[in-house]
Amino acid sequence: MKIAVASGKGGTGKTMVAANLAFTLSQTCQVTLVDCDVEEPNLHLFFPAPATAKDVTVQVPVIDQKICDRCGKCGEFCQYGALTVLRDRVLFFPELCHSCGGCTLVCPKNAIHEEPKRVGIVTHTKPLPRLDLVSGNLDTGNPFAVPVIRAAKMATAGDCLVILDASPGTSCPVVETLDECDACILVTESTPFGLHDLQLAVDVTARLGIPAGIVINRNDGQDQATFNFCTNRDLDIIMTIPFDRGIAAIQSRGDLLCRVRPEWMKAFTTLYRKCCGLAGVD
Amino acid sequence: MKICITSQGSTLDALAEERFGRAPFFIIADTETGSFEALENQFAGGSGGVGPKAAQLIIAHDVKALVSGMVGGNAHEVLKAAGIQLYVYRTSGTVRDAMDQFNKKTLEKVA
Repeated sequence: MKIAVASGKGGTGKTMVAANLAFTLSQTCQVTLVDCDVEEPNLHLFFPAPATAKDVTVQVPVIDQKICDRCGKCGEFCQYGALTVLRDRVLFFPELCHSCGGCTLVCPKNAIHEEPKRVGIVTHTKPLPRLDLVSGNLDTGNPFAVPVIRAAKMATAGDCLVILDASPGTSCPVVETLDECDACILVTESTPFGLHDLQLAVDVTARLGIPAGIVINRNDGQDQATFNFCTNRDLDIIMTIPFDRGIAAIQSRGDLLCRVRPEWMKAFTTLYRKCCGLAGVD
Repeated sequence: MKICITSQGSTLDALAEERFGRAPFFIIADTETGSFEALENQFAGGSGGVGPKAAQLIIAHDVKALVSGMVGGNAHEVLKAAGIQLYVYRTSGTVRDAMDQFNKKTLEKVA
């Protein structure tokens, strides 16, 4: 069972929901929590523990300028403008390269081979007896989050219950996180921005064919527009978390709602059951 | 000498374009004969890497100087490596005006 937590809008409480859901489930079974928000991973703040790290690399081309005759085929092929063929040499822009490997295939002289380039790390911790936390961490200055997310997900292959905390937005990093998930929790908030971006996120889950349920966080009781949207799109509101200064205070000091107020574990257990219902498993 | 002027259209009376990689057209002009050819920029709408792609295109046309408003870092590196001199034109005039100013040597050179 793989459950993604996404939102569209940033700051709605994805990490809060993912952390409390994983904490609650880890009381009774083995859980893996994956931080796929690799540009600013922060789940580890809720679960401090000693970590082991592995590099994430992508393959980038290296051109043997002695063999290369500047025919220009690689530059023509590269859609991303990462290779420019001059009269006397080939220029390579690593930050434009998508590591597709096409240049090595089209080179008639076999003058291009690939070498690994580090783009980030994946860390692994075991903060609780039944909780594993895997975090993707993109190197500063690197524009490609997807290979790091993929590596973090690969590290959890075979784990039976996985909760994935997505980044905000609706672009490639979110799509990569959602790929092959059984259900998605979409966290929104009681603001026009929360609803606007929820609509975008719902379109993404629908396009990917992943069943989604809605969590309204910081609920102020004025969510008619969100209710209407959910009714029109046939989406269930699977949890509501009130706008509450006490909850915000717990969160702000890096603690967990369910650890400080264990009565909330019931609500997160129910959230998990509803996710199972969305995924069509008992 | 062959020069390239970034343009919004395909004629000398079109407005010069400030952007390089995303310019709709490249006007390749011969400063001695005054003849020119307009190349449509097929990379203008690309998601990324358009600067080096555009630079590659004008290199293939044996251009010695580029007249444009602004050039990104990657494209600049390519142009420099290819020995193409960059001149700045930002007065929102026509391609013809940019070419006149280039010929009168009133345009600022970028190192």
